[in-house]
Amino acid sequence: MPRGTVEFRIETCKGCELCIDACPQESLALSKEINTLGYHYAVLVKDNCTGCVNCALVCPDAVITVYRASKKSSAKSSAAREPVATISNVKSNIKVVLDEVPEGRIDI
Amino acid sequence: MSEVQLMKGNEALAEAAIRAGCAGYFGYPITPQSEVLEYLAEEGRKRGMVVLQVESELAAINMVYGAAGAGKRVMTSSSSPGISLMQEGLSYIASAELPCLVVNVNRGGPGLGTIQPSQGDYFQATKGGGHGDYHLIVLAPSSVQEMADFVYDGFELADKYRNPVMILADGALGQMMEKVTFREYDPASSGIAKDWATVGKPSTRERNIITSLHIQSERMEQINLRLQAKYRKIREDEVRYQMVQVEDAEVLLVAYGLAARISHRAVELARHRGIAAGLLRPMTLFPYPSAILHQLSKQLDQVLVVEMNSGQMIEDVRLAVEGNAPVEFYGRMGGIIPSTEEVVEKIVSMVNSRKQVEESHV
Amino acid sequence: MSEAAVITEGLECIWQKPATLTNTLMHYCPGCGHGVVHKVLMEVVQELGIQSETIGVAPVGCSVFAYNYLDVDMQEAAHGRAAAVATGIRRMLPDKYVFSYQGDGDLAAIGTGETMHAANRGENILVIFINNAIYGMTGGQMAPTTLLGMKTSTTPEGRTVDTQGFPFRITELIGMLPGSYYVTRQAVHSPNAVRYFKKAVTKAFTIQKEKKGYCLIEVVSNCPSGWKMTPVEANKWMEQNMFPIYPIGDIKVDGKLVAKNQVQ
Repeated sequence: MPRGTVEFRIETCKGCELCIDACPQESLALSKEINTLGYHYAVLVKDNCTGCVNCALVCPDAVITVYRASKKSSAKSSAAREPVATISNVKSNIKVVLDEVPEGRIDI
Repeated sequence: MSEVQLMKGNEALAEAAIRAGCAGYFGYPITPQSEVLEYLAEEGRKRGMVVLQVESELAAINMVYGAAGAGKRVMTSSSSPGISLMQEGLSYIASAELPCLVVNVNRGGPGLGTIQPSQGDYFQATKGGGHGDYHLIVLAPSSVQEMADFVYDGFELADKYRNPVMILADGALGQMMEKVTFREYDPASSGIAKDWATVGKPSTRERNIITSLHIQSERMEQINLRLQAKYRKIREDEVRYQMVQVEDAEVLLVAYGLAARISHRAVELARHRGIAAGLLRPMTLFPYPSAILHQLSKQLDQVLVVEMNSGQMIEDVRLAVEGNAPVEFYGRMGGIIPSTEEVVEKIVSMVNSRKQVEESHV
Repeated sequence: MSEAAVITEGLECIWQKPATLTNTLMHYCPGCGHGVVHKVLMEVVQELGIQSETIGVAPVGCSVFAYNYLDVDMQEAAHGRAAAVATGIRRMLPDKYVFSYQGDGDLAAIGTGETMHAANRGENILVIFINNAIYGMTGGQMAPTTLLGMKTSTTPEGRTVDTQGFPFRITELIGMLPGSYYVTRQAVHSPNAVRYFKKAVTKAFTIQKEKKGYCLIEVVSNCPSGWKMTPVEANKWMEQNMFPIYPIGDIKVDGKLVAKNQVQ
């Protein structure tokens, strides 16, 4: 399970790619889509984010919010936690909301 | 009213600034007004004022901008070449609608000129000087007492209208010594809240921004319309002038500052010689007493404008008179102060020429 | 708002945009260092809890609009005059935090007099000096800090000593004035550089609180538009070409010059 993750305020991203360059895990890339400003925005493309904050530090537009597993949250949830969905081949914006753990595989 | 003191104009102005609650003075030495800075450096500091000799007039006016933006009563003073350096700052202050007092102790120019008195900065003071459509409120003292009184008035006007105010004096007024008394005045009584000032934003309000930058034309036009409305109000409510023997005058002298002192005496001497002379002395050069001058001009035969320059205020006089009477000029330049006799001679020759013209028509 | 909601259950938020930065989209070009500096500056203001006591001065330059992004009381200043405006504010409000945010033209060309004298007087202000060796806002003209051989719109053949003189290392000069207390040169192009820059800003505001004197933080920064490079390329170019002339590091700490950064 990822030790961290990042959220992008996509409409504020100007596609400068500094976060992509700064990420030690090579987890970021520019999306194929453009936002309403006309920029290709940065997205997380791998699930190996460590929550190191490098990307957020270099971002000139404060686009990124960084999450990391804290000691207490990982202790609490590591027993119960297992992947409930794998999301790949993201071509456009998606919203994923899981209310309960479903049976089997979900194709989106 | 304080006891009567004998003081130099520059020093009286400085003393009035302290009593009017001026919190900060930022200035640079230049003759003939360095005494303002020196007096404040000693007396002002003793009585709690921030007084700073700074590196240039550019720095001084911009420190006034910052300090005024912080909500304090602040001022600077200089003389003609230094005031030229301050023009950019004054345009910014007027556009950002900040209150402050600026004193110009006018010396002979143009260029480095001379240290002797002159009125050559009238255009600069009243028609802009800096870029853009703005006005300073301009007060023109003609005595050491007014050098003091106009400081209190100037700060009040500045605060009331959120506008820079200039006291346009000259080298002679700055240096001469006369009796002066200082008003009883409590600066805290002015009661104008400056909630627009940048003092650090508490959570209870949005941040305050002091700026003159409005890149979108629509917004810039709105700002300009607001400024113009302000100047209209100032024109309606703040005109000040003095009239001397105008009720039955046939020749009206119009003069300000030191030239008005000389003209006043010339009017008295002309009267001794049977000439019905009078004097209109503007005390505010912006707003100009155009309405009263226009009204008076209907009953006059002749107008004589007396200035210590090549003829600057005469344009405003002609505009106000609107052809109701011929307007003539008498002036000296280069720092020379006209004598009373010269002005009387001019009045006499004007009156004689008119009589000759009238007789030749009979 | 088109935003992909990412699974964050079980994770805690460890970094987000500071609340002291407004939600207004910054007009700076993609990848411009201004945005990073604004973000860190406001992060420190938030962490120190001084938003209600801070006043900033934003003069002419790309960052003249800084007051749209920094949620503190601010004054716009005429070109070159920020140090004087900041002095006026500081002298009237001795217990607040005052900073100016200036570019290389503002601080080292038209504003040289005001800059040097504010430092010489030891004004209790923080001056943030963004040095990207070019005039960004007006379209890419030469700055006093432009490198020799560097092409700009007013040095199309490259800057030469004969015509335009040398790149101006004004920060070292300020370090030599006894009125300056903390003078440092930083960058914001890499995560580590940003971390050091944040430490410098925090230190400077602490010095202001203790009324110890004048602080200058030069930020060697990029101008992707003016240099005609992508942001990533611009930062690499900056490391290779700007850092040798404007070396990163402390110049003066606690009022004493740090030996290795003195003017050659």
